[in-house]
Amino acid sequence: MSSFALKAAAGAAALFASVSLTTLAIASDKLTIVTSYPADVTDVYKTAFEQAHPGVTVEVVNKATSAGVKFLKETTSNNSSDIFWASAPDAFEVLKADGLLEKYSPAVEGLPEKIGAYPINDPDGFYTGFALSGYGIMWNTRYAQSYGLEPARQWSDLTKAEYFGHVGISSPSRSGTTHLTIETILQGEGWEKGWEQIKWISGNSYTITERSFGVPDGVNTGSFGFGVVIDFFGFSSRSSGFPVDFVYPDVTALVPANVGIVTKAPNEENARKFVDFLLSTKGQELLLDPKIMRLPVNPEAYAHAPEGFPNPFVGDTIKASVSFDSEASKAHYNAVNALFDSMITYRHKELTAAVKAIHEAEAAVGEGGSQEAKDLIKEARALVAWTPVDLETANDSAFAAIFTTKRQTADDKATGRQAEVEQEWDSRIVANYAKAVELAGKAKSMK
Amino acid sequence: MAALSTALPRASFGQRISWGPLTAALGILLFLVAFLILPVAMVIYVAFTDPGSGELTLANFMDFFRSALFREAFYNSFYVAAMSVVLATVFALPLAYITSRFNFRGAVLIQTLGFVPLIMPPFIGAVAMQLLFGANGSVNLLLRDWFGITIPFMEGLNGVILVQSIHYFPFILINLSASLRNIDRSMEESAQMLGSHGMRLFRRIVLPLAMPGYIAGASLVFVKVFDDLGTPLLLNVNTMLAPQAYLRISSVGISDPMGYVISVILIVCSIFAMWVSISAMRGKDYSTTQKGGGGLSKRDLGALETAGCYLVVLALLAIVLAPHIGLLLLSLGTVWSFSVLPDGFTTEHYVVAVNKAWPFIKNTLIYAGIAALIDVLLGTAIAYLAARTTLIGRKWLDYIAMAALAVPGVVLGIGYLRLFYSVDMPFTGAPLATWWGIIVIALATRRLPYALRSCSAALQQVSPSLEEASENLGAPKVRTVRRIVLPLMAAGLVAGFVTSFATAAVELSATIMLVARESDAPLAYGLYLFMQSAAGRGPGAALGVITVVIVGLATYFAQHLVEKARREQSASAGSH
Repeated sequence: MSSFALKAAAGAAALFASVSLTTLAIASDKLTIVTSYPADVTDVYKTAFEQAHPGVTVEVVNKATSAGVKFLKETTSNNSSDIFWASAPDAFEVLKADGLLEKYSPAVEGLPEKIGAYPINDPDGFYTGFALSGYGIMWNTRYAQSYGLEPARQWSDLTKAEYFGHVGISSPSRSGTTHLTIETILQGEGWEKGWEQIKWISGNSYTITERSFGVPDGVNTGSFGFGVVIDFFGFSSRSSGFPVDFVYPDVTALVPANVGIVTKAPNEENARKFVDFLLSTKGQELLLDPKIMRLPVNPEAYAHAPEGFPNPFVGDTIKASVSFDSEASKAHYNAVNALFDSMITYRHKELTAAVKAIHEAEAAVGEGGSQEAKDLIKEARALVAWTPVDLETANDSAFAAIFTTKRQTADDKATGRQAEVEQEWDSRIVANYAKAVELAGKAKSMK
Repeated sequence: MAALSTALPRASFGQRISWGPLTAALGILLFLVAFLILPVAMVIYVAFTDPGSGELTLANFMDFFRSALFREAFYNSFYVAAMSVVLATVFALPLAYITSRFNFRGAVLIQTLGFVPLIMPPFIGAVAMQLLFGANGSVNLLLRDWFGITIPFMEGLNGVILVQSIHYFPFILINLSASLRNIDRSMEESAQMLGSHGMRLFRRIVLPLAMPGYIAGASLVFVKVFDDLGTPLLLNVNTMLAPQAYLRISSVGISDPMGYVISVILIVCSIFAMWVSISAMRGKDYSTTQKGGGGLSKRDLGALETAGCYLVVLALLAIVLAPHIGLLLLSLGTVWSFSVLPDGFTTEHYVVAVNKAWPFIKNTLIYAGIAALIDVLLGTAIAYLAARTTLIGRKWLDYIAMAALAVPGVVLGIGYLRLFYSVDMPFTGAPLATWWGIIVIALATRRLPYALRSCSAALQQVSPSLEEASENLGAPKVRTVRRIVLPLMAAGLVAGFVTSFATAAVELSATIMLVARESDAPLAYGLYLFMQSAAGRGPGAALGVITVVIVGLATYFAQHLVEKARREQSASAGSH
């Protein structure tokens, strides 16, 4: 034993020394990128960029978008990051508001300013769009065939009874991309109707996944058949050989994925080169790598796109009927997260019970059922649809303040605590779902 | 029962102040304060702060207990932890008993294989279990084809209990086996001579004597499951305490104090569970004066009995190794989607993984190795100080170190970032929090309780009379510890090192907050990166298999060393 311990200690000490030396060596030319993107994306760009700029070594720090934002905030006093690279524009808005991004106008010329009515780049120049993302439905073809299900084409399809237990969705508080999807539906369908639709899709869901990748992962492996996902998850899964497909519903929006230079970047020159490289035709064509499959912002890059790859600049494969309003999104950003988790994530069991009971009652009562039974079902549906706050309240800055505990000045006094408010919602929501089950059961027994 | 000595913590000889232990205790205390108490205190402080006014308040805790959701999460966490202990016992008890009771070929293999689940990164284990046992996993697809039924193995809390008990049952197996091996054979023989045998012998003699090990293992399982984050998150179970804390702490914009409140409650509950286990052990002195050749007398088995044992062992191994089987299939499969087995097989994933994985592997070996070494050193020192000296507050070192168990990794990570970011490294000027050494310290702090419990259990079974004898013969304290105590504890120390090393090698939750650059990232982090994309699952699984093999081999050799040391020890004991 003692000789073993000695050897282990000596070995550890030797390794310790060698590693310390390498760590202490001063880097000559570096670039540190904080990103939410998986290795599939970052590896391709790391290799290509290092080739285009010999002598520069790219360091990638992978963090979930929200963790990345937190990381930059925590480390701002002693910043070591050069680039923040992620999808959700909201995250960039947060960083910009906190003064953590540096202005830069890319040297690449001839890029479109807007997609539809939506500006691709930050109008103030703090961050730049490099790819476009739309939201839609991904499904597993084997799964659909085995359960005899038609591919869903619209969000409303996913609310139907036959999809009960076959859908997967993530939570907006966990996943920046899901937040964009939920916000798109709310903007496209309106607050009340949007929430109702989201709740029926979620009620049909087998699970609410914790990470955004959990949804495509579940569809790929066949844990559930249909998923609400961002487009490149669908395309890259398909090109990786999984028996899956993807479709854009009419209610979708194209939103840019972004890159920005961090304030006081230690390697600012390289950071600029990276942004320019990302937007160049060569950098844009890398987006079409089978493992990446994102929509480039540079229309020229589509010349070499594979068969069946959508081009948002030509034709109407993507209807994108919603033009995403990021100001509106910002106004109730935290409220949407809290509402979704209160009504759906944390009460998923209760929600699915209510949705299931109503599906069953509707099947039993059918078209020819009594008016009384139909009224009961309608009442049950209204209980499920009930949302604790209306749009006006959600947008009210006084209300939004309970979700942001950061006080701007010492005199600020937030009213109400988030936990207190959520407990009020929760008891009402649970009661509603239980009541809906009861009413639906009554309607079913009446026929 | 004359062989059981009484009065364990006894006054040291001479009653003079001993500076050695005092210095050691202060040093350990300093380490614990800097790397455990302060970072956690930073987080706890937020829990008691009114988010509106910034004043200290208890309102956040009132909110917690008023919330039906949090009460449910609390109940679920408790239920899952308790059920996991029960199921883990079902896995561990037969394996421990068979291998230490009977002459059974391949006992070392079983003990090593039985250890393997611990070195599965938990979130990867959950992925593999979903593929095999999920609603549309291999088993249920077969059941649906053949009988038109499915069994909800992995639905909700069931899935968490199954994955957790498979993952953590080795804690019980290892500690129980160590206890069984250390039971003095003369105890058993005395009982047999007095006419006890069979179940009665087991119930009245073997079971109570093995209790310290069992309780040490079971309380570890309970607390680990109670605090674990990765598994419930991966199985999308949100209504448990740890996921609620994580979900609230880590979202953008939500800096609401409830996550911190839940962290505090997790910490309190875990400390309480550990306290219960320690008080259950109080007054139960199981140390024996002699190492009677070690362990229960082993007996040979008849052909039928052997077959029965093999059946039980193989069935249990099939269950507890299911995650590994699933992982192996995933790493070798091309596309595995809604089918019993992958569509085809390939070795390509391993090529990709090996090309990318070497820095991760190297980092892991270094980090986990140093962390485990620190743990064994600190663990032995703390165990010795607590059990064998009269220092005031000596038990508190033990309690504080054990409290690390109750600190969720993410909380520790956030605390470290807060505390160490403004501190610069000497010479380079880079922030201390971005130095890879901080990852090592985080790992060492997180895994210290494992090593400490192994060291304590080992020390508890070394009778103080042996030390007294040594000191009576004139040996100074240091020499007594080095020549008598440490060799007798050897098996427990190696067990502690291996447990710390293996679990540190697959730790993710604290490191995910602290990795500042990919070149410093350990394996678990690399796995996490791979598992974030459709094309990365195969290579990720391959990397997982490589991890399991490397750590498994290390464990096997460590086990081998223990066996060898034990044999030499009993041989030399016999020659005197």
